[in-house]
Amino acid sequence: MSRLIVGPFNRVEGDLEVTLDVAEGRVVSAHVNAPMYRGFEQILRGRDPHDALVYVPRICGICSVSQSVAAARALAALGGITMPPNGQHVTNLVLATENLADHLTHFYLFFMPDFVRPVYAGRPWHAEAARRFAPHTGERVRAAIAARQRWFTLLGTLAGKWPHTQSLDPGGSTRAIDASERSRLLARVREFRRFLEAVTFGAALEEVAALDSEAALDAWVDADPQRGDLRFFLQIARDTALAALGPGPGRFLSYGAYPQPAGGHALGGGVWQAGKLSPLDVEAIREDATHAWLSDEGGARHPASGLTEPVADKPGAYTWNKAPRLAGEVVETGAIARQLASGHPLVLDLVRRHGASVHGRVVSRLLELARVLPMMEDWLRALRPGEAFCTPGSLPDEGVAAGLGEAARGSLGHWLSVRERRIANYQIVAPTTWNFSPRDAAGRPGALEAALEGAPVQPGETTPVAVQHIVRSFDPCMVCTVH
Amino acid sequence: MNVLWLQSGGCGGCSMSLLCADTTDFHGELRDAGIELLWHPSLSLESGAEVTALFDRILDGELPLDALCIEGALLRGPHGSGRFHIMAGTGQPMIHWVSRLAACARHVVAIGSCAAWGGVTAGGSNPTEACGLQYDDEVRGGLLGAEFRAAGGLPVINVAGCPTHPGWVIDTLTALAAGSFNEADLDTLGRPRFFADQLVHHGCSRNEYYEFKASAEKPSDLGCMMEHLGCKGTQAHADCNTRPWNGEGSCTRGGYACISCTEPGFQEPGHPFHATPKLAGIPIGLPTDMPKAWFVALASLSKSATPKRVKVNAVSDHVVVPPVAKRTRLK
Ligand code: SF4
Ligand code: SF4
Repeated sequence: MSRLIVGPFNRVEGDLEVTLDVAEGRVVSAHVNAPMYRGFEQILRGRDPHDALVYVPRICGICSVSQSVAAARALAALGGITMPPNGQHVTNLVLATENLADHLTHFYLFFMPDFVRPVYAGRPWHAEAARRFAPHTGERVRAAIAARQRWFTLLGTLAGKWPHTQSLDPGGSTRAIDASERSRLLARVREFRRFLEAVTFGAALEEVAALDSEAALDAWVDADPQRGDLRFFLQIARDTALAALGPGPGRFLSYGAYPQPAGGHALGGGVWQAGKLSPLDVEAIREDATHAWLSDEGGARHPASGLTEPVADKPGAYTWNKAPRLAGEVVETGAIARQLASGHPLVLDLVRRHGASVHGRVVSRLLELARVLPMMEDWLRALRPGEAFCTPGSLPDEGVAAGLGEAARGSLGHWLSVRERRIANYQIVAPTTWNFSPRDAAGRPGALEAALEGAPVQPGETTPVAVQHIVRSFDPCMVCTVH
Repeated sequence: MNVLWLQSGGCGGCSMSLLCADTTDFHGELRDAGIELLWHPSLSLESGAEVTALFDRILDGELPLDALCIEGALLRGPHGSGRFHIMAGTGQPMIHWVSRLAACARHVVAIGSCAAWGGVTAGGSNPTEACGLQYDDEVRGGLLGAEFRAAGGLPVINVAGCPTHPGWVIDTLTALAAGSFNEADLDTLGRPRFFADQLVHHGCSRNEYYEFKASAEKPSDLGCMMEHLGCKGTQAHADCNTRPWNGEGSCTRGGYACISCTEPGFQEPGHPFHATPKLAGIPIGLPTDMPKAWFVALASLSKSATPKRVKVNAVSDHVVVPPVAKRTRLK
């Protein structure tokens, strides 16, 4: 048995170290270390509750809006404030802009460049992969950065700037949109639609969203294999057997994405397991700090009474990340969980055949681009210029509340308690907190730790490429993980 | 110009913001300006041992390092050990890597307010002993010390902001690569003067409301946010309203207060961000360079002269009273 300590791991939004025990060319066990601690939960204590709207987006530069939305929801719940429909639509538009941008960034900048690595030099697709995805020079990488830049101009108008807006208020949006702005925004959304249809999919978004099984997906690829980057990825995925790489725990969590003014979510949530969706019991969440450099006083705690207190010399600890568990179980969260919970037939079929995998996670993310962009067009059309975008409200001096939502990379929850008009406790459980959690008190490895077991390690590899694919398939955000 | 970019106690948002630079070809623009990214955490292929090998070549003097860009605060805790951020795969605190690499860089650039002053990461009780490269809030010192100068002769260049504007980074790096950036281009806090000699208030779309002290009272109102909603645009050094964000945006255009994110210590203003602190009804934070008596006199005069249109629209989220269309030519 030999040991590899892999890091610094880049293209993961923050710093990450993975320790691998390797025998006979396979990973036997993995320990995942989130090596940086900033202490937002400590910093927030004692502040005015409104200050969360300034602080929490700054937890993360890539899911900044997701953090703002979770905080605004927690404050709205605390104050009993309900958004007007315009406020709800703008909040969803701002969040969807970030989520889709993150999917694009993940695919073109973080995930695909690994296929350019010299270990793949012998594969028939390698030269084309380099032409499209080589960092700094790849044609599609450069086109994607340009499309992303244009896409984010939506948020210049809708939210002042990105990242780190304060426009997302418990009562809605601080930025009302007039009719001419609405047409300009719609034109900008369609511009991105054209990019996706021409470059990413080589097909209409509706055609991609209508793929309803693995067989349909395969037939779609074979009909025109070089067209668009999704088909090209799927060819590489077949050749490198990505559907058999990086299995998940088989339990998937989504809080539900994009709540609608009339009730319900555009992408419904829940817990998906063994072919069945059940409602989420939020009370069954616990955070276990046994293997974190944090106090585990009182055992595993519900985030509403969570504790974040560094203990840098704690024996047996190997990360700054806690281990969240749902009813004691490990869960996976992300686009794949949202697509399962919202019942998309393609992802249901992929997971039925292969379980979660590197392939299924990437397909789910791209599918979400195709599904959500048309929703954004609908939400823009549903805006009523001249009607209210924000309900004024005030916050009580005491209370407890939670704000749940979906970031690009999965389920994000904020739990807040307020005493004498000050934040008494603020706890954050981010998507990668779940996915990259360490072992819990029972010794059960987190989702990534388990997904890495069995991954192939080729002779001489110090940073095994299969490990890189698995790690990045979760679209981790390390700065959110520990916060 | 060889650039190495590292991240520590921050959110990575300055890098994400940088990718929103106003160009149709981000990498092409860097290349044409002579900027070579040796390694960037979000943009480079190299991982693990490939990265530490690159650091070794720089430290051995084999590979010249022209600009070291640091994003995120420097985490000195617990108890000065730096263990709140051990750089993955190296077993070494990030603050050690930064100090060693800074010693062989021609220029050291703090990207964002965390790297410049400590920023949000140094908020509250500052549990991680976070500081900036050459400042601890407004006090000179920080990780590298008050006297630090990079090999090229300049102190740390503070491209502050939370996040920093992509244009501020591109303009700074481009000028450094062209050899046209010198000490006179820095303000008293080490910020590039091309943005720090401006105030956020310049060009704010709410200027007419400011003139008449027609103030927003609640979120989404169109009025000036200085009197009630905490706007520090008249004091904050930045060109956010003349060089907009993400196309046509800025904080104040987005309907929320400027929190002066380019200033040291902005994260602890001593009052809730969303409300203006006042003394006897007068905002404590007066416009830069303006004596209090003048401000009070002008404010009461302009309040009494506010046109109905401005007064009504200030507390609405859209224009309720449009400007009168005159039938004669404008004079
Ligand atoms: S909102 Fe702020 S920046 Fe705009 S005019 Fe008022 S004080 Fe100036
Ligand atoms: S307007 Fe103020 S808070 Fe907003 S980015 Fe500019 S300086 Fe920072």
